[in-house]
Amino acid sequence: MIVHREATAAIETLATDAWRTTLLERARAGLRPVTMYGRRDGERVLVTVVHQDGPRLVTSRTSIAPAHGYHELTSELPALHCFERELHEQLGVRIAGHPWLKPIRFEGLDQAAMGSYPFYKIDGKEVHEVAVGPIHAGVIEPGSFRFMCFGEHVLHLEIHLGYQHRGVEHRLLEREPRSLAPWIETVAGDTSVAHGWAYAAAIECLVGHAIDPELELARAVALELERVGMHLSSLAGLSADLGFLPGASTYGRLRTTAINTAMQLCGSRFGRGAVRPGGSGMRLDPELTRLALDNIALLRRDGAIIDECFLSARSVRHRLASVGVLSPDMTEQLGAVGTIARSAGIPIDARLSAHGLYEHHPIQRCTEPGGDCWARARLRIAEITASLGWLERVLAEPHAWKPERAQLPSLPPGQLTIAVVEGWRGEVVHCLETGSDGRLVHYKIQDPSLRNWMGLAVAVRGNDISDFPICNKSFDLSYCGNDL
Amino acid sequence: MKMFKSLRVRISQGMQVIADVRNAKPVGFRGLPRIAAGECAEDCSACVAACPTGAIRLAPLSIDLGRCTFCGDCVLACPESRIELTTEPRMGAASREDLVVTAGADEYTRLRANAGFAKLFRRSLKLRQVSAGGCNGCELELNATANVNFDLQRFGIEWVASPRHADALVVSGPLTRTMKDAVRLAWDAMPEPRFVVAVGACAISGGLYEGASGVERGFLDEVIPALYVPGCPPHPLTFVNAVLDLLGVSTQKDRFT
Repeated sequence: MIVHREATAAIETLATDAWRTTLLERARAGLRPVTMYGRRDGERVLVTVVHQDGPRLVTSRTSIAPAHGYHELTSELPALHCFERELHEQLGVRIAGHPWLKPIRFEGLDQAAMGSYPFYKIDGKEVHEVAVGPIHAGVIEPGSFRFMCFGEHVLHLEIHLGYQHRGVEHRLLEREPRSLAPWIETVAGDTSVAHGWAYAAAIECLVGHAIDPELELARAVALELERVGMHLSSLAGLSADLGFLPGASTYGRLRTTAINTAMQLCGSRFGRGAVRPGGSGMRLDPELTRLALDNIALLRRDGAIIDECFLSARSVRHRLASVGVLSPDMTEQLGAVGTIARSAGIPIDARLSAHGLYEHHPIQRCTEPGGDCWARARLRIAEITASLGWLERVLAEPHAWKPERAQLPSLPPGQLTIAVVEGWRGEVVHCLETGSDGRLVHYKIQDPSLRNWMGLAVAVRGNDISDFPICNKSFDLSYCGNDL
Repeated sequence: MKMFKSLRVRISQGMQVIADVRNAKPVGFRGLPRIAAGECAEDCSACVAACPTGAIRLAPLSIDLGRCTFCGDCVLACPESRIELTTEPRMGAASREDLVVTAGADEYTRLRANAGFAKLFRRSLKLRQVSAGGCNGCELELNATANVNFDLQRFGIEWVASPRHADALVVSGPLTRTMKDAVRLAWDAMPEPRFVVAVGACAISGGLYEGASGVERGFLDEVIPALYVPGCPPHPLTFVNAVLDLLGVSTQKDRFT
């Protein structure tokens, strides 16, 4: 986990040209862009870019007149593509020369506007289009996919999101900033703990509230349980889409055990309430420890049996290997993060690059080469094993946790805080800014899905259209986390 | 060799089904609230202030399960310890008013079977789920109803891919403006007789997103749900029991008689 705070007055607002130069220099120095966002500042828009430099975050800022805008950066720094699209959509910033300013989420528009959006077209005698969604055939979130195919062959996929747009970021500014946890936990309901922790860490950092290491450990236990549960959910879904029924039923029931363990410790199968600013909803006593350790032992034992069956089944391997490939180079260019990056061999993991809890309680670093569906499945299996081992080690020590809340003081004026937590999909980034009166003036949430969706579009190129469900499930991205 | 690996999986799996879904109580679950009889302290509104969705009313103290996210903040806030969240997952209701839990009531008004629905759907009910702003909490739990633990199919209830094959439209999420037309299309594609099930606080009342900038709930104002399944998200047992209650199925055996 990485938390960063600085006084907004201390951030130098660079001239746009100098800001561009800074960004290009940082890219050349190998710094990774973490996020980029804008917020209104009178008539102008303040644009902030955050880079990761080892365990630290560094910011750079410029002020732009929306109508005048600036010349796009995506061609030189493709990892910024989604952020520039968002900047254009949310704040009307003119971004000259940008190759594709498609709205990220059709904010403020209704479905008719989405329906008349001009998709890319490919001409050709036998080229045809397949439109899927927004309602899919299963019990899942809505999103729309437009395939351009030559026979069975996918030439291009255009992903069309925004159907889940509720107006989360607006809502967060309407409520008391220290009481936002219930909303934060529904940003992406399958990532409640990671988002909840990023929010809590940001608030605690803002008000200068130090967290007891035991309390932080309780949060990490909830986070790793969430990772185990959701990776199992992904593997169950992937197995079902493959027609590999032992995987579908066994990974599915193992997930039940994992999330029921979370429920025993915090009252919710999704870790709702596990994290609160200044506190935690986790409980642990000798009896609960024994229960949790029994469940973890079962997950390890039965998990190993199904993993062996899954990994050695030729039908599974044949279906997944070399399908939906995202090369390491493309992964890096697109700025993909989390499980998607790690299964292309790129070791981005906020747990391991930062100081703090995971230094004292180390967790095994997982990466897999290949960047295909097979690598993404193997990575999930490896991460489940790593997290279960970690949980077993942590819970072997005696702990006594009970739900606790702290009364936090009100937020200080003129501060920027950024918190990065490694959720099961990848890094969850929360950026909060307070104004001169201590009120929250900006709350930017970034689910890893925002950056990874483009990876899916690229990965299915050149595949058969019938491989799409497998590719989509192997990415397992959030729709609502993108649409906000 | 492959066969032995599959057999090992099968043996490790054993029987995972929850045999008695009607009486199962999930350990640790924050479920049906119980409000102790008695009086609140004078001028105390700590629970109301703590509630993120305005689910609590005072004088007399009551909780609207259609808004409740089961966060438990009211339990912590109440100086008189009048509110408790039990592990009871059975909370479904056929009308909005029946979702309100009041003090003193020994038992929550059980969902009464609908004779018409029982006659039509008791042996076979097909469900089409549409998420319209759901956070994937409700969607994952609805998916879980069909896994080997909850095994909804044993009651002749199934999730189907096409609204044309469905008897009920199961809606989750607060209803986003960008899903307005799609929800309507799905409903229009369903043959009569048909009904709507609202799942989770968002679908029932807007929940945390009531009045949010991207939400437009017109469809649910117009087509009143026949079944409400509270939770944030609802436990699979809450959903399974609510549907069985509506159809008048009291035990597994009952289904086949």
